[in-house]
Formats: sequence, structure tokens, C-alpha cells
Amino acid sequence: MTDQTYVQLLDLACGAFLLTGVLVLWRRDLAAIVRLFAAQGAALAAIVIVLGVRQAATELVIVGLALGGLRAGLLPYLIRRALPERGGPDAEGRETRPVVNVASSLVAAAVLALVAYAVAQPLIRLAPSPAAHALPVALTVLLVGFFVLVTRRRALSQVVGFLLIDNAITATAFLTTNGVPLVVELGVSLDVLFAVLVLSVLTNRMRAAFGGTDLDELRELRD
Amino acid sequence: MIAAILQVVLVVAGAPLLVGLMRQVRARLEGRAGAGVLQPWRDLRKLLRKEPIAPRGTGWVFRLAPLLLAASALVVTAVVPLVTTASPLDGVADLFAVTALLALGSVALALGALDTGTAFGGMGASREVTVLALVEPTILLAVFALSVRVGSTNLGAIVNSTLDDPLAVISPASVLAAVALAVVIIAETGRIPVDNPSTHLELTMIHEAMVLEYSGPDLALIEWASAIRLSVLLGLLGSLFAPWGIAGADAGPVALLVAVVALAVKVGVLGALLAAGEVFMAKLRLFRIPELLAGSFLMALLAVGASFFLA
Repeated sequence: MTDQTYVQLLDLACGAFLLTGVLVLWRRDLAAIVRLFAAQGAALAAIVIVLGVRQAATELVIVGLALGGLRAGLLPYLIRRALPERGGPDAEGRETRPVVNVASSLVAAAVLALVAYAVAQPLIRLAPSPAAHALPVALTVLLVGFFVLVTRRRALSQVVGFLLIDNAITATAFLTTNGVPLVVELGVSLDVLFAVLVLSVLTNRMRAAFGGTDLDELRELRD
Repeated sequence: MIAAILQVVLVVAGAPLLVGLMRQVRARLEGRAGAGVLQPWRDLRKLLRKEPIAPRGTGWVFRLAPLLLAASALVVTAVVPLVTTASPLDGVADLFAVTALLALGSVALALGALDTGTAFGGMGASREVTVLALVEPTILLAVFALSVRVGSTNLGAIVNSTLDDPLAVISPASVLAAVALAVVIIAETGRIPVDNPSTHLELTMIHEAMVLEYSGPDLALIEWASAIRLSVLLGLLGSLFAPWGIAGADAGPVALLVAVVALAVKVGVLGALLAAGEVFMAKLRLFRIPELLAGSFLMALLAVGASFFLA
């Protein structure tokens, strides 16, 4: 792979990673949010595979493929199973009224992107490589994920926010170091998988017990 | 010089045909026969023959607005690189001038609508300015993201550099800028999902509410200028992201012919895609429009960020 194609492919994958992360803020439909999350998983896998092919490291390519399988396939499947069926209670499949409205949260995302760019500059200066230059992208997604986590009301969109943070952390790890050891990555992935399993069971129990997953309503005391 | 004149003539004559093509595509997809591609020209001819009528109490602002709108659209047509990158006005006109000219036309029409003193005119003007306030910065930012790579805000220079290095189009900055620009072009030209060009329902209309009081030649001028703006913006989108076929500084007649055909094909395809998309889409509620435009503004901002930091 020549230098130019490498940089172009890496930048393209990072751009897709960023775009899907930001679009999660824009959509209200939970099913669409899960689809975006799956697309982001694929973009993350693409980043890792491009890095692996560049360094001619088979292990990294395998890690990338496994990441793609987990984050673009298994996790979205698990979350989708926890989604309410179509034709159920009307407001349940949508993020109807987030704490911060959508237009403001998009503007907030713009500010978060600028913050991430400012924060990443000293880190990039340590080792200016094309991969390190993409670091602000991962940090932006990290902040956006955190924003989703604190401003959304439905349990499932909060789970997606948590997973966005996790995707961003993985991306940061791969972009700053030249590949994370297989064992570490396996441990992290297994952790996330179990977290999602537990959270999806919890969501289903919540819906069975309270008829909805609006977390704000859980603050009220009931008999 | 010849190329620039050719460009203006082509856009002036072709813009109503583009509107006709888009209506025809919509009609076919909806199972109707359609009125034919030439219908907008027939409408314009009919309107031009009618007697101009101005509502009582309107002043020179009302009468000047269509002229200003049409004049600004014509100047933009002469400046933007569509057929040739070497327009005689190239030196004085860059991205900021083009955006300002577009805004001038919109503001003139909004003032003309306010001058009528009717409820619809005021409502339409208020909505148009709301959309405008979100659209103009996004156009600036999106093209700015492209100009970072070139180091110049001259549109001709941007198109030339893309011609020299076609692979540069496939970068995150230009992909994000393309999406942002596409959304604001839809908003600026008043198509679904932002505005419905074929409705006269008072709750939803934006552009139509402003032109309700115009009639005869004035209305013809406005319709024609709107068509020109639509084709220029679609052509600009084509030139910025797929500049193939555009003639350079000293192109021969063959190259010019190729450029004209390429422009017609590009604008035609983009228009047909837009029309086909409209069939499958519903108009957004008015209160959701700022959301859509904030999204495109964010994309444009990210494009600027990406062009600075990923490079």
C-alpha cells in the first residue's frame, strides 16, 4: 500500500467513524440509532484493518475482523432484540423528548468537536503520524458518546451512548499505539459484550415491570 | 469570454427546462403523464404577455425586488465555474461574493414580500429569513472546507485543483462538505423536505408565500430567477465534487462543447435525483427545519475541522 492510499483510506474510515457518531445525535428513531451504531462498528473495524495491512501485521487484521464481527454484528443484534416491537406503545420506539433538544445538541456536538481538536494537539505533537492526526476524531466521538449518555432518556439510547464511548476508546487506543495486544483487546471486547447482555436483560425487565424505559420516571417512588 | 457568455446563455435557457424535467420525473414516478419538459417555458411566455398589476399601497421596494433577484442570479451565473473555470469576472468574485449575491436576492424578495403588508407576505419573509440565516453560514463553511486544501477561496481555483488531483475528492472533508452543501441547496431552493414548491397551503409554504402578490411579468421574472438559482447551485455542486469535463482557460470549441454537454448531464442527473427523492419524502414540519439545517451546519464545521486536522 502506498503512503497516499494508506492516508486516504485511514482518513476515510475515520471520517465515517465520526459521521456515524454525530448522526446518532440527530436521529430520534431507536432502530435507526442502532443501525448507525452498527455502521460505526464497521468503520472502526476498517480503521484497525487498514492499520494492520499497513504494518503487515496479521494479528492486527484478525483483531480488526473480530472487532467488526462483534461491533457491527453481534452487539447491534443484541440491542435490536431489546427494542420494543413495532406497533407497541407509540413513544417507546423513539427518543421523543431528549433533555437537550436535537438542534441544540447538534450545536453542542460542534463545540465538543472543537474541544476535542484543541485537547488532542499536544498528543499529536508527541508523535506526528497520519494515525495520530486522526486522534481528534476519536476524542470527538468519545465526547459525543458521553453527551448522548447524559442527555437521552430512553435506556437503549443510553446503552448506545455507552457503546459509542467504548468504540471511541478502542479507536483512540489503536490510533495512538501501533496496535493493542490481542489479549487486551479480547478482554475489553468480552467486557463490553457482557455489559450489553446485562443491560439488554435489564431493559427488558424494566419494560416488563414499568411498561417503559424512560429512566426519568424511575426516580419517582412507587409502592 | 465566449465560454462565459455560453455559460450564461446555457443556464438562462436551460434553467426552466431543468424545472420542467424535475416536474416530469415527479409526474412519471407518481403515475401521471406530466405536462412535458417545455411547460415552464410556456408558463413564462403566458405570464410575460399579461398586464403587470401591483397591489394598492406597495412602493418601489415591491417593484424592484424581482429585478434585483433576477440580476443577482444572472451575476452569480456569470461568476460560478460551470462551463469554464476562467470567467472574466473571476478576479473579483470568490466564494464570499457568490454567497453575498445569493443572500442579496433572497433579502430583496423578502423585503418585497414585507412591502405588500399582507399576513402571508410577512409570514413568508420571516420564514425565509430564518432559513437563510442558517443556510448562508453553512454554504460558506462547506466551501471553505474545500478551499483549505487549495489555499484560495476562488471557486475557479478550487475546481481547477480538483481537476488536477481527482482523488482528493474522496477525503472525509469533501464528503462531509458535499452532504452539508446538498442539504443547504435543498433548503435554499425551497424543495421538499424544507419547502414544497407546488403547494399553496398557508401553513407550510415559505417561498410561495412571498410571491403570492406578484403577477404577470414580475412573477415570470421571479419564477425564472428561482429556476436559475436552482440550476446554478446544482451545477456548483457538480463542479465542486465532479468537475470532469469543465473547460480550462484557453479551451477550443470541442472542449467547450464537451463542457456544455457535461454540465447539462450533471445538472440533469442531480435534478432528476432530487425530484425522485422528493417523491419518497414528506415535507418536514416547520419546527424541525432548524434541526435539519443545524445538522448540515455541524457537518460543514466538521468538514472544516477534518480538512485542517486530518491533513
